[in-house]
Amino acid sequence: MMAEFSSVGKNVPRVDVFEKVTGSAIYADDRQFGAGLYYGRLVRSPYAHALIKKIDVSKALEVPGVKAVVTGKDFPGRIGLYLVDRPIFAADRVRYVGDPVAGVVAVSEEIAEEAARLVEVEYEELPAVFDPLEAIKPDAPLLHPDLGSYKVAPFIHPVPGTNISEHFKLRRGDVESAWSQCAAIVEEEFRLPQIQHVPIETHVAVAIWEPSGEVTLWTSSQSPFAQRDLIAQSLGIPHGNLRVISPYVGGGFGGKAGVSIEVYAVAMARAVMGHPVKLRMTREEEFVGTTVRQSLVAHVKVGCDADGNLLAMEVSYYFGGGAYNDYGVNIARAAGYSCTGPYYIPNVKGDSYCVYTNQPIGSAMRGFGMPEIHWGLEQAMDQLAEKIGMDPVEFRRRNCVKTGQIIATGMTMPNVDLVACIDKVAKAVNWGKKEPPSAPHKKRGKGLAIMWKAPAMPPNPGSSAIVRFNEDATVNVEIGAQELGQGAFTVAAQIAAEALGVPYDWVRVSAPIDTKYSPYEWQTVASRITWSMGNAVKAAAEDAKRQILELVAEHWDEDPEDLDIKDGKVISYKSERELSLKGLVVYGLPNEDFEGWKGGPIVGRGKFMPTYVTSLDPETGQGTRAVVHYTVGAQAVDLEVDTETGQVEIIKIASAYDVGKAINPDLVLTQIEGGAVHGMSSTFEALKFDEKGRPLNPSFVDYRIATAADIPKEIHGDIVETPLEDGPWGARGIGEHVMVQTAPAIANAIYNAIGVRFNELPLSAEKIFMAMREKEE
Amino acid sequence: MGMHSITVTVNGEKEYLEVPSHMTLLQMLREKLAITGPKNGCSAGECGACTVLLDGEPVNSCMVLAVEVDGHEVVTVEGLAKEGQLTPLQQAFIEHNAVQCGFCTPGMLISAEALLKRNPHPTEEEIKEALVGNLCRCTGYIRIIRAVQTAAEKGGA
Repeated sequence: MMAEFSSVGKNVPRVDVFEKVTGSAIYADDRQFGAGLYYGRLVRSPYAHALIKKIDVSKALEVPGVKAVVTGKDFPGRIGLYLVDRPIFAADRVRYVGDPVAGVVAVSEEIAEEAARLVEVEYEELPAVFDPLEAIKPDAPLLHPDLGSYKVAPFIHPVPGTNISEHFKLRRGDVESAWSQCAAIVEEEFRLPQIQHVPIETHVAVAIWEPSGEVTLWTSSQSPFAQRDLIAQSLGIPHGNLRVISPYVGGGFGGKAGVSIEVYAVAMARAVMGHPVKLRMTREEEFVGTTVRQSLVAHVKVGCDADGNLLAMEVSYYFGGGAYNDYGVNIARAAGYSCTGPYYIPNVKGDSYCVYTNQPIGSAMRGFGMPEIHWGLEQAMDQLAEKIGMDPVEFRRRNCVKTGQIIATGMTMPNVDLVACIDKVAKAVNWGKKEPPSAPHKKRGKGLAIMWKAPAMPPNPGSSAIVRFNEDATVNVEIGAQELGQGAFTVAAQIAAEALGVPYDWVRVSAPIDTKYSPYEWQTVASRITWSMGNAVKAAAEDAKRQILELVAEHWDEDPEDLDIKDGKVISYKSERELSLKGLVVYGLPNEDFEGWKGGPIVGRGKFMPTYVTSLDPETGQGTRAVVHYTVGAQAVDLEVDTETGQVEIIKIASAYDVGKAINPDLVLTQIEGGAVHGMSSTFEALKFDEKGRPLNPSFVDYRIATAADIPKEIHGDIVETPLEDGPWGARGIGEHVMVQTAPAIANAIYNAIGVRFNELPLSAEKIFMAMREKEE
Repeated sequence: MGMHSITVTVNGEKEYLEVPSHMTLLQMLREKLAITGPKNGCSAGECGACTVLLDGEPVNSCMVLAVEVDGHEVVTVEGLAKEGQLTPLQQAFIEHNAVQCGFCTPGMLISAEALLKRNPHPTEEEIKEALVGNLCRCTGYIRIIRAVQTAAEKGGA
C-alpha cells in the first residue's frame, strides 16, 4: 500500500521566506563587526602573462590607516580542489589580468584601495595565449611549466610540458568503420566564450585569525566544508582550528563553489591577528576576478543510418580553462564521460581537454560543462535529422538514452524517462503546427533541445544530518548543505517532517551553516543536495523515529513494528493507543508508579555517501559506473525574429525534467522557470577582452543580463517523475539542468525561423541581422 | 574629510547622525544604523538591490549621499511590515514563491511598493517597466511579476 504523503510532494512555503521578504535574512556582508573591523583590498596584475621581478610595498605601508600588506613571499603554498595549481598570491608569475599579487589591509575600504595603488610591482611581460586551440600548439607560451609537480586527484590526467591540465579519453566501438555505414554525417565546429555567473551578491569574506591560532571565516559560500579543507591544507591550519560560517548566499550558480577569494581574507587576517578583515568584491572584480564559465571550442562529427539511427560520433572538446584549472579540470572530465549528450551511440571517440589560457579562472557554473557541449551537440542533431529528412522530435525520441541501455562509458543507464520529457515540451509548443508571426516583418520558428547531466564530483562525496527534538516536539534539523535560493532548507524540513511523522511547521533548519556545529556536507553543488543531503536527513529522521518507537513500545509493552508516528503522535495500529510526542522526546517516560524513568533527549543521526562509483580506464573511459546517476530533460522554444532589427522575441519556453520525485513541486517549477531565463540570457552573454587580455565589459552596463523586460511571454514547466533508485522517495536534484539546453533550443528555433545557423555564441540582434542580410545576398 | 550632522527619519524613527561627506545613503543605512535589508550589488546604481524609498520615491541608495537625506524620510524593506503584519506585496511574494536567494528581494519589494502607490492597477508591461532596474538572476522574474499583480488585485501595496 502506498502511504499518503503529509509533507513530501506538497507545495509548502519556503522556510526562509519570511526572513527574506522582511529584510532580516542575514548575508555575509550584513554581519556587524564593530570598530575593530579592517578591510582588505587585492592588488591585481595589469598583464595577462608576466614574470614578477620585484614587489615594493613600502609606499603602501606608509599610508595612514594601512595595517599590513601581504604578498606571495608570505604565503608560499598553493591551493586547489582537483589540481593544486593556484598560488595563494602570485609570487613569480602572473597568468591573467586580475591575478592577485598582494593584499592590503587598512582601517577602511577607501584607504585600502588607495594604498593598493601604491604597491609597486615590476613585471616582465610574456607572450600570452587566449584561445584553447592556440594554447595546445607546441610553441604556445607555457602557463604552468611546473604542471608535472602539482598534486592532482587520481582521476585527473594533466599533460606536463603542455598547457593541457586534463585530457579525458572515451573510446567505444569502432568509429572509423562506422562512418562508412552512415547515410548522413554532420561535421561542425562550435564555439562559446567565457561568461560569468553574475550573482547579485558579489563574493564577500570576513576572516579573523586569533592569537590562539583559531581562525574563523564568514563567507558567502556553497562549500563551507570544502573551503575549510582546502584553506586548512594550503595555510597549514589544523582543520579543527578553522571554522567556516556561511549565512544565506545571495546567488551562487557555481561561482561560490570551491575556494576563490576566501583564502585571501584568511591570509590577510593572519597579518593583523585579532582583527576581522573584510574582503568584498566590487562588481568589476566579480566579473573577472572571481571565477567564470570556461570557453569552449567543440569539434563535433556525428552520423546516422537512413532510418535515423545514430551510428557514430567523434568529438573533441577544448575548454579554455583560464589561468588556473583547479576546479575546471573536472568540468573537462565531466564533458568527456558525458560527451555524447543524452544519446545512445554504439561507436564513440571522445577527447575532452582542459587548457590553460591567460584569462580569468574558469570554474564551476550551473551545468558544469553540459551547457557548453550541448550548444554544439544539439544543433548537430538537428542538422543530422534535417539531412535524412526526419522530424527533430522523432529523431530524438528514437535515439535518446533509455533506462537499461549501456551508455558510452559502459555504465547501465539508471531510471529516466527522456521520451516523456520530449513529448511534454513538444505538446506545449504545438510542435509540428506552423503558426503565423505577429507581424509581416517577423519570422516565427520553433526549436527543441534535450539534455542530460550527472553530478560531477569525486566518487565519494558525503552528506550527514542530525535531527534533534525540542521539549514541545518541534524539531531542529542540522545539515551542512547551503541555502542558495534553490530551496535546500525547505526540502530538508519537508523530508524530516515526512520521515518523522510530524507536521512540516514543527521543523526548524539550523542556520547559518557553521563547520563547528553543522554536520559534514561535501559541497552544495552538482544538484546533489536533494538526493544526497535528502538521504542523510531521511536517515537521521528515521533514526530518531526508531528511538521514539522503541521507547513507547517498551512503555506500552507492545512491538515497535505495530507503532507509527502520525501528525506528531505515536499511535499503535494494534491497541489503537496514542501518545503526543510533546515532552517525551526530551524527558522520556516514567515507569509504572514513577518507579524510575526511561528514554531521554532524542537525537537522530544520518549519513549518505555513494559507494558504488568506479574508476574509469584512462585510455578508454570505460568502467562499471562512471557516475551516480543522470538527470534528463527537454526544452522547446517558440520565437519570432524581427527581420528589420535582428531582435529575437521569445514567445514561449517550455521545459520538462525528470526529477524522480518532486519533494516540493512548486520549487521545482521555480528552478525550471528561473533556469529558462538564465539560459536565455546566457545565449546573449560574453565576457570580452582586448588583444592584451584586458577585460572590456566587466559591468552591468556593458555585460547585460536579462531584466524583467526581456523575459519570454510564457514560461512553461512540466515535471516528470521516474523514481531514482537511491533517491529519497526517488528524488534527484534539479538546480543546474534547467539551463543546459536553452541556448541550442533557441538556436534551433532561430534556424527554423530564418534558415541561418549560428555556431558561435553569443548571439546578438546585430549578428542575426547581418547573417540574414548575408543570406539574402 | 568633512563630517556633517544630519537628521533623517528611517522607517519612522528619527535618527541624528554624524556622516562623512562621501558616505552614501546605502553605507549610512548598513554601517551606521545596521539596517542591512538594502543590499550592495554594484555600488553604481545598476542592479537595484539597494533600492529604498526617499520621501516615497524609489532611489538607488548607493547613488545618494547621506548628507542629501538630511531632513528627509527613508523607508527600507525593514519598514514595510508593521508589527509583524506583512504587506499585501510581501504576502504575495511568499504565496507565489517569488523569492529564491533573496538578495534582490528587498529592492524588488521597494520598487513594487512605489509602483503600486503611484499606479494601483498596473498592466503587466507597466510592472516589467517598473522593475527593469532591479536585477534578479534566480527567478526569471515571472513569479515576481505575478506577485505584484496579485497584490494589486488585493488592493495595492
